[in-house]
Amino acid sequence: MGNLISMEGNQAAAEAMRQINPDAMAAYPITPQTEVVQTFAQFVADGRVDTEFVTVESEHSAMSACVAAAASGTRVMTATSANGMALMWEILYIAASTRLPIVMALVNRALSANINIHCDHSDSMGARDTGWIQLFCENGQEAYDSLIQAVRIAEHPQVRLPVMVCYDGFIISHAVECLELLKDNEVQKFIGEFKSVNSLLDISHPYTFGPLDLYDFYFEHKRQQIEAYGPAKQTVIEVGKQFGSLSGREYGLFEAYHLQDARLAIVLMGSAAGTAKEAVDRLRANGLPIGVLKLRAFRPFPSEELTQLLSRFEAVAVLDRAVSFGAAAGPLFTEISSALFASNHRPLLLNYIYGLGGRDIDIEDIQEVGKKLQKTAESGKVEQPFDYIGVRK
Amino acid sequence: MASLKQLSSKKELLTGGHRLCAGCGASIIVRQVLLAADTPVVIAASTGCLEVATTIFPYTAWRCSFIHCAFENAASTLSGVETAYRALKKKGETDQDMRFIAFSGDGGTYDIGIQALSGACERGHRMLYVCYDNQAYMNTGIQRSSATPLGAATTTSPAGKVLPGKTQNRKDLTEIIAAHHIPYVAQASPSRWNDLVSKAQRALQAEGPSFMNVLSPCPRGWRHPPNESIKIAQLAVDTCIWPLYEVAEDKWRLTYRPKQKPPVEEWLKTQGRFAHLFKGNNQQVIEQLQAEVDRRWEELLEKTS
Ligand SMILES: Cc1ncc(C[n+]2csc(CCOP(=O)(O)OP(=O)(O)O)c2C)c(N)n1
Ligand code: SF4
Ligand SMILES: [Mg+2]
Repeated sequence: MGNLISMEGNQAAAEAMRQINPDAMAAYPITPQTEVVQTFAQFVADGRVDTEFVTVESEHSAMSACVAAAASGTRVMTATSANGMALMWEILYIAASTRLPIVMALVNRALSANINIHCDHSDSMGARDTGWIQLFCENGQEAYDSLIQAVRIAEHPQVRLPVMVCYDGFIISHAVECLELLKDNEVQKFIGEFKSVNSLLDISHPYTFGPLDLYDFYFEHKRQQIEAYGPAKQTVIEVGKQFGSLSGREYGLFEAYHLQDARLAIVLMGSAAGTAKEAVDRLRANGLPIGVLKLRAFRPFPSEELTQLLSRFEAVAVLDRAVSFGAAAGPLFTEISSALFASNHRPLLLNYIYGLGGRDIDIEDIQEVGKKLQKTAESGKVEQPFDYIGVRK
Repeated sequence: MASLKQLSSKKELLTGGHRLCAGCGASIIVRQVLLAADTPVVIAASTGCLEVATTIFPYTAWRCSFIHCAFENAASTLSGVETAYRALKKKGETDQDMRFIAFSGDGGTYDIGIQALSGACERGHRMLYVCYDNQAYMNTGIQRSSATPLGAATTTSPAGKVLPGKTQNRKDLTEIIAAHHIPYVAQASPSRWNDLVSKAQRALQAEGPSFMNVLSPCPRGWRHPPNESIKIAQLAVDTCIWPLYEVAEDKWRLTYRPKQKPPVEEWLKTQGRFAHLFKGNNQQVIEQLQAEVDRRWEELLEKTS
């Protein structure tokens, strides 16, 4: 048994960062991420990390400095939320397309307008096409564990992509929970030494980063990048397994909760997965054959694995904590349904939008979803493909 | 400072064969600045003519390490490089003496990049930021910037039936950066290469951020023959449109005092972008510009006396 301690999610994330002890960190405060930056600044002030901490004047500069420091052969981390991530957006693409292994804690928060500091996944979803690996967490323990794994995933020679570890603002970031920390030397051993590739500071091998890349080469470069997400998927699995041997907590692309004998499933990401598990326990006690699929890796998206797993189900509800305005459904639903469409057998699908701007979702809400699934499966017909949970008309 | 002969035998870090226009001030400025470096350097550039014309994949005109990230972030990008350097030095992974130099246009500096530059100056990264100021967004086709002088015609401040080109004065960026009280700030021109190279030397010696604003003639955007670039740059210096001075440790010093101060008209006449000022009743714009140049020159004389 490791070191059991009670702390808030943000403190756990900061603790992971302290143990990782990156060479450089550039970050800017924003609720609900602020505490990560503050706690880390204190580590710097107390000499508990060797990190060069750059207190930039904006998130755009934070990500720019991270890109350059990573291109200069150092291990780099940052953290942000919502509007901060939106301001980084241009440089998020550059980080991924330059194949730089930056690790970021993204404390999920709703995007303006209107301004709202609470949780939803619209910030992550806005960045889903930037090329970053995106891992979603159910609680503070997973945020801590995933940040440590993210270093290994990002730096894997066949991956070399930035990773964002997403955890729900307030619900996870500000909730005190009892979690288990690794020892500093265990973390250091697990992540290993940083191996630099094409460093700007290697003066004997001058290197030009960020050239003008036109119609004669850009496309090939994109193809190479696209092909990195396959190895990235394998690496998420491998590193999750190895982390399991170290800590007893194994991770993969997703978690299947009571899916083995189920014919109905609820798919979702983040803290609401905990609520869904409790709801499913209650429904199962009443004889409903239902389980939860908690997706961890939204990017790379495990299409084949999910198709294999879900195609035999009778009905599946996908719960989205974000919207894609003007689209027919939420972003997670769109991904899942398009993955399943390639299969000969596919379940009836329902989509629910929930929890925007921090709106609570409770066990009863999800039990309702379970009952709707049962009705859908029994009738063999989707009556309402798209609905909301917990919103006034 | 080394003699011209010594400088000319130094290995150049920017090779020929890049795609900048003939007579472009940017490459001349880069070469003059880099002559001042006697350690290895890492270059950062913002999106603009210099960057696109020197790094067309699979080629690069840079013999040293170079990074381009985006348009508005040369300063924050270079602060990341400098931070990495300090981190590796602290860990004992390098003991190489190095310098970090950003080259960015006026658009990337006066306008969209001023926040990142101001932040980097305040944080105190040891780096030299050089603005090659060609007084417009040239790479995207000659649009006005806040460095564009009053009366200049650009594609977003064209001369028309009711408007005589740009209707605002240019921003005084050099003074804005001087107000950050960083160790070294200077204004230079490629027409006085010895002044420019020695300023770059002092900037690279500064133990903190340094900034140089260098006038960069652009035959395409200013509309003049390519072989007149340096002459036109010198005329800007002599008319006091572009005074040469430095602010070292908060001490203001004029580094060149024109013997005569020709009227700004002499400079305006050399460039097609001002041609409309000599037609119709636009004479008053020239007078306004002259008054502004005189006022700022007097102020500068006071600061440097
Ligand atoms: C965020 C962003 N906005 C706009 C552009 C388009 N753009 C590229 S270069 C440029 C102008 C560059 O002007 P300047 O910095 O003066 O350099 P110059 O081309 O004159 O050398 C613009 C507007 C961009 N690349 N990125
Ligand atoms: S357009 Fe002007 S700034 Fe751009 S390369 Fe040509 S001369 Fe230089
Ligand atoms: Mg310009």
